[in-house]
Amino acid sequence: MAFTAFSSSAATQPAVRRKSRAALFLLLPGIFYLILFFVTPLISLVITSLQEPDPLVFGRFVNAVNWQNYAAVIELYGEQSARSAGYAALATLFALLIGFPLAYFIGITLRPYPLLQSLALVLVIAPFFISFLLRTLAWKQIFSTEGPVSGILSSLGVLGPGEAITGTAFSVIFGLTYNFIPFMTLPIYATLVSLDLRLLEAGNDLYGSPATTFRTVTLPLSTAGVLSGTLLTFIPAAGDYINASREFLGSADTTMIGNVIETNFLVLQNFPAAASLSLLLMAAILVLVGLYVKRSGTEDLL
Amino acid sequence: MTNHDVPQGGFAEAGADLELVGLTKRFPGFTAVEGLDLTIPAGSFFALLGPSGCGKTTTLRLIAGLEEPTAGRILIGGKDVTTTKAYQRPVNTVFQSYALFPHMSILDNVAFGLKRRAIKNAENLAHEALRLVELDHVGGRKPTQLSGGQQQRVALARAIVNRPALLLLDEPLGALDLKLRRQMQIELKDIQSDVGLTFLHVTHDQEEAMTMADTVAVMNKGRIEQMGPPQELYELPRTSFVAKFLGQSNLFSGEVTSVSRTAMVIDASGTKIEVPLARAQRHTGHVTVGVRPEKVSLHVAAPEASAGRNVMGPGRITDVSFSGVSTQYEVTMPVFGALTVFAQNTSISSMHRDGDEVWLSWAVDHAFGLADDTDGASPRFDADFDTSMIAVQSRKNLEAELEGA
Repeated sequence: MAFTAFSSSAATQPAVRRKSRAALFLLLPGIFYLILFFVTPLISLVITSLQEPDPLVFGRFVNAVNWQNYAAVIELYGEQSARSAGYAALATLFALLIGFPLAYFIGITLRPYPLLQSLALVLVIAPFFISFLLRTLAWKQIFSTEGPVSGILSSLGVLGPGEAITGTAFSVIFGLTYNFIPFMTLPIYATLVSLDLRLLEAGNDLYGSPATTFRTVTLPLSTAGVLSGTLLTFIPAAGDYINASREFLGSADTTMIGNVIETNFLVLQNFPAAASLSLLLMAAILVLVGLYVKRSGTEDLL
Repeated sequence: MTNHDVPQGGFAEAGADLELVGLTKRFPGFTAVEGLDLTIPAGSFFALLGPSGCGKTTTLRLIAGLEEPTAGRILIGGKDVTTTKAYQRPVNTVFQSYALFPHMSILDNVAFGLKRRAIKNAENLAHEALRLVELDHVGGRKPTQLSGGQQQRVALARAIVNRPALLLLDEPLGALDLKLRRQMQIELKDIQSDVGLTFLHVTHDQEEAMTMADTVAVMNKGRIEQMGPPQELYELPRTSFVAKFLGQSNLFSGEVTSVSRTAMVIDASGTKIEVPLARAQRHTGHVTVGVRPEKVSLHVAAPEASAGRNVMGPGRITDVSFSGVSTQYEVTMPVFGALTVFAQNTSISSMHRDGDEVWLSWAVDHAFGLADDTDGASPRFDADFDTSMIAVQSRKNLEAELEGA
């Protein structure tokens, strides 16, 4: 009988956990919150997107199943959609190019100096202490025609008379990149700070030059961080309407999908168009992200 | 991308000489390796033995190129590699922490070095190396799916597969159980003699060092205390550190009272101990002499004094530990404290019991005289220095040195 205590067959199987009422009870507030603030608006958005104009009162919409809305916005705002994707992709790329070396520096180079490391990390997060609206406005000031940057560029002849930095694709992408660098840096930092440096030594020992070791060891081991960083940057950047708006760094030539949705909801009050655009944006991002994550082979992120 | 600084497409023909000249490594606050001069001939199996914190791992890292020396030179096969980087040296290391790449399969881990040097059929060679460590069946798995012992064998395969001119082993068998450890010791020795590679093995396990290595260097506090074939080191230790770290020793100290043509006699607290001159490092003044526990015989009555034998006693047996082949007795003498005696269990009647009064004797030829002078009754666990203690001590020494300058 005593030997059964050492037999591994049945004993090692973990018992299936009993469904606990307490767990369900604790989840209730969260479920309630999600139903109220996520599912309800989503359903409302779907319903709105299918509405058609009220034939009697101008500017009012009635419930219907009007798929035409989707076709119409795709036709009407194709350019802005493509621009959104392009701007967001470029901003993500630049944020990665700036954020990765920064994360590497803080997470690996500064590792022997914990104080400097914490300080550098605070500097990355510090911009969050000021509203991003204010920071974006500050960039508008810096780039403005009377500002120092334009002054220098004009005197160098790079900027012709009557030309401005603000309102161009450059300033919008710059603003997006600037605003999302911390979102790119922090996840990458999180993976690099726990990277075992002995693996890099092993790479060097096995004839891998620093560049090869970076490519074959460091980079693959930081994939998770790069992946979440790019998602955290690309998704909000694609829907951003602050940087590209006329009041900030953009102009009529840089309108992104976020601005279109904003205009339709708040200015034109074409609610079905705005709702169908929102849903299309959401669907497009879901598909893009799904493909991206699948190709990167890191399903455990989703 | 391949690495063009190491031989491409082929293996090292044979092992290479390793020469260290005045190698020194100082870390802020302490000196890990001090003025190390060492030549390891090609094709030899060399063990660097010492307690933790003695600088042996730092020496290994210096040779691998993972640390830069403060002073001194490193030559591999006659070529000065002091200023070259780790990836340019024809050296591979089996890391104590295994350091397997967690994102690669076992096979890719083993093939890593081969691919960096653009060696053809890297996969086949990797399979071969995995077969050698009996792990070919797990080639497709990730390192985290293996046990510690298996990971260690993969680390070994990953280094050996490159057939480096010099293979560095940093406590490579630490996580293996006894059977596998023996098996790997034999495998390692076979590989080494088959291919003629130079092995530099760092370990704190004296038994492992003695069974595997042609030459053992005992390291202490950043310096090599003594170097030689294992048997020589064991039979004729030169310092008390070696005498105690490599096996056990009974040490006595006293003034030299007379010196004849072949032997000298010391007076250790009233007991005369004779030591052959050829086996003593110093012949005058206050010296420490010793004898290995298995060379000492126990007697129930005072043995008659005879030429060529040292006699000591009486003392009492204070501890008996039976280990099958032999029995270890602890004999406490009023003046010398606890002494150790190993007795072969060749007959049942020869067992002594705790509390028995006994005399000790040993052949004069088995005694040895040490170069340094420490009290025979110094702490038994002297060898167990830890790194921070050494750091503190070295720092004090350095400060004293700086003040003197």
